[in-house]
Amino acid sequence: MDLYEYQGKQLFARYDIPVSQGEAVVTVDAAVAAADRIGYPVVVKAQVQVGGRGKAGGIKLAANADECREHAGNILGMDIKGHTVGLVWVESASDIAQEYYASFTLDRSAKLHLGMLSAEGGVEIEQVADENPDAIAKIHVDPVDGLTETQVRAWVAAAELDPEATEGAVDILTKLWRCYVDADADLVEINPLILTPDGRVHALDAKVTLDDSSVFRHPEYEEYDETQVRDARETAAHEKGLQYVGLDGYVGIIANGAGLAMSTVDIVSQVGGRPANFLDIGGGANADVMTGALEVINNDHDVKAIFINIFGGITKGEEVANGIVAALERVQIDSPIVIRLDGTNADEGRAILEPHLSGTLQLQPTMVDAARAVVEIAQSRGGK
Amino acid sequence: MSIFVDETTKVIYQGLTGSQGRFYGLLNRDYGTNVVGGTNPKKAGTDVDGIPVFASVMDAVAATGATASCVFIPAPGVKGAVMEAAEGGIEFIVVITEGVPAHDEAWFYNKLRRDHPNVRLLGPNCPGIISPGKANIGITAGHIAKEGGPVGIVSRSGTLTYQALYELKQHDIGVTTCVGIGGDPVPGTSFIDCLQAFQADPETKAVMMIGEIGGSAEEEAAEYIKAEMTKPVVSYIAGVTAPPGKKMGHAGAIVSGGKGTAAAKMDALADAGVTIGLNPTEAGELMVGVVANL
Repeated sequence: MDLYEYQGKQLFARYDIPVSQGEAVVTVDAAVAAADRIGYPVVVKAQVQVGGRGKAGGIKLAANADECREHAGNILGMDIKGHTVGLVWVESASDIAQEYYASFTLDRSAKLHLGMLSAEGGVEIEQVADENPDAIAKIHVDPVDGLTETQVRAWVAAAELDPEATEGAVDILTKLWRCYVDADADLVEINPLILTPDGRVHALDAKVTLDDSSVFRHPEYEEYDETQVRDARETAAHEKGLQYVGLDGYVGIIANGAGLAMSTVDIVSQVGGRPANFLDIGGGANADVMTGALEVINNDHDVKAIFINIFGGITKGEEVANGIVAALERVQIDSPIVIRLDGTNADEGRAILEPHLSGTLQLQPTMVDAARAVVEIAQSRGGK
Repeated sequence: MSIFVDETTKVIYQGLTGSQGRFYGLLNRDYGTNVVGGTNPKKAGTDVDGIPVFASVMDAVAATGATASCVFIPAPGVKGAVMEAAEGGIEFIVVITEGVPAHDEAWFYNKLRRDHPNVRLLGPNCPGIISPGKANIGITAGHIAKEGGPVGIVSRSGTLTYQALYELKQHDIGVTTCVGIGGDPVPGTSFIDCLQAFQADPETKAVMMIGEIGGSAEEEAAEYIKAEMTKPVVSYIAGVTAPPGKKMGHAGAIVSGGKGTAAAKMDALADAGVTIGLNPTEAGELMVGVVANL
């Protein structure tokens, strides 16, 4: 789960990482009132989970209340790469002498945590990595040992920051590590980490991704979850506990298991169709789960045909078939359905489906056959 | 032969008394797996359909001589369960549980490597391992696999593992061992661990490798295959057309070094001489050709 900048900064502040004083607001009047409290100049920053806010005009400096009103008015409601700005963060403006980059994440390849620190911050760090990889000082951290101050000092020295920034950087990175571990983050990133003309080191931005799997020990994740932006289809699926990712095609997809669902999306594309979604219903495939899945797909008006791809493992084919039949009795489905049912007791399952087959409900023997059939039907109904 | 487990492997189930542990523990026993016990500190001295329940892994190992454990403990308890197994004398730990925090996984992976270097961990979030006809530890439906050989399977995806076993059985091709390594950020056993074991196993003559988008495990496997494997490998990578999944920000993109897409993985594998199928069925058919030419 990705946090907004303001949420990341509020999280950082709990670990005493210096961030600018600021407030999150949703109206122009509230922005001006916040700025009046904070004191000018302020920066008005669009809160969207997409890069390139600055270039899109979503970050503006305001020297006084009139400018704050103007900028907040322009930014609230602005569309940035398809994201509508509903909230701005108003913070005290900072003077910048140097811009650095700092982060912690998991290095899956090394199976260790990885800290990265660079004197070349404020720009796309991928670009630095490509053009000047030596400018990034890296440190691998064994999760069993953690990170000691001695290690942090050596790491900061390797990054060759301005000597004036050393103490502040050591302090912030030590706290950032603590935050990364305590919050169960997949990523904590500060870009830019700044040195001010008066020698303070300060987090000017905050990018935090939390590990959804650790929610059981983080009740505070609840409030972040409430602010996540999902499309209507994803919200409905989320409420039913289904793994759903909305795509922009016209073939609705239901499969059991993430790998099979991904594979189904692949094969529909390979035969010339465009998937409307990825939907993993898990291993069970019973009537309740199938009903929920069909309801979610049915609410997507771009869907012209539905592909149900089930492989019975422990769950037997007849259980799956009974689940599908029961679900079809509960939900009025608008689109034709193509089913591929294979695996354990597939023949028994197909026999149960047989009497229900019609022009709008057909069975195909293999994934490829089913994909071709569903794409043809969807295209004949206007899918393109 | 098989890799990692066979009919002599004595297995206990941590979480045997829970609904999942009981269901799969009994299925595994029905398959013929040498199931010798389970653990639950509150139910020591009872049994689950004749399988004795012990208070701890240490007690279970002392009483039964178990060398493997299958963990069905809910995610919050997995870190403790893994360490209890290792400290209790288990050599092969299979964690089926999904939703284990990445920080926990990274912690116990490194803790095991350091303090228990001879312990092998499989998972978390994996379907387990099956050496058809010998042992089935985990949640795979055993009857969809044909025993024997000459193919070994290693897979990151649960359902696609079953699909692969099933495709091969349809073509009357047997499997020495099928290992589901799971798709989590820090899997205990990697593709390379399995490829090495299959390369060393005389009865495995060819390997089916099923990968997914994300991370760089497939690219690393490709390097190993290119340098060390003499046995043919057929591969399928799921997610060719999937949109980018969880965005890991700039730092994540750098860690993967531009790797992680299905195209990058297939290119790396093809460059290592691996035969690539564009879907699971095609991979199965390609394996038929490979086996015919062995």
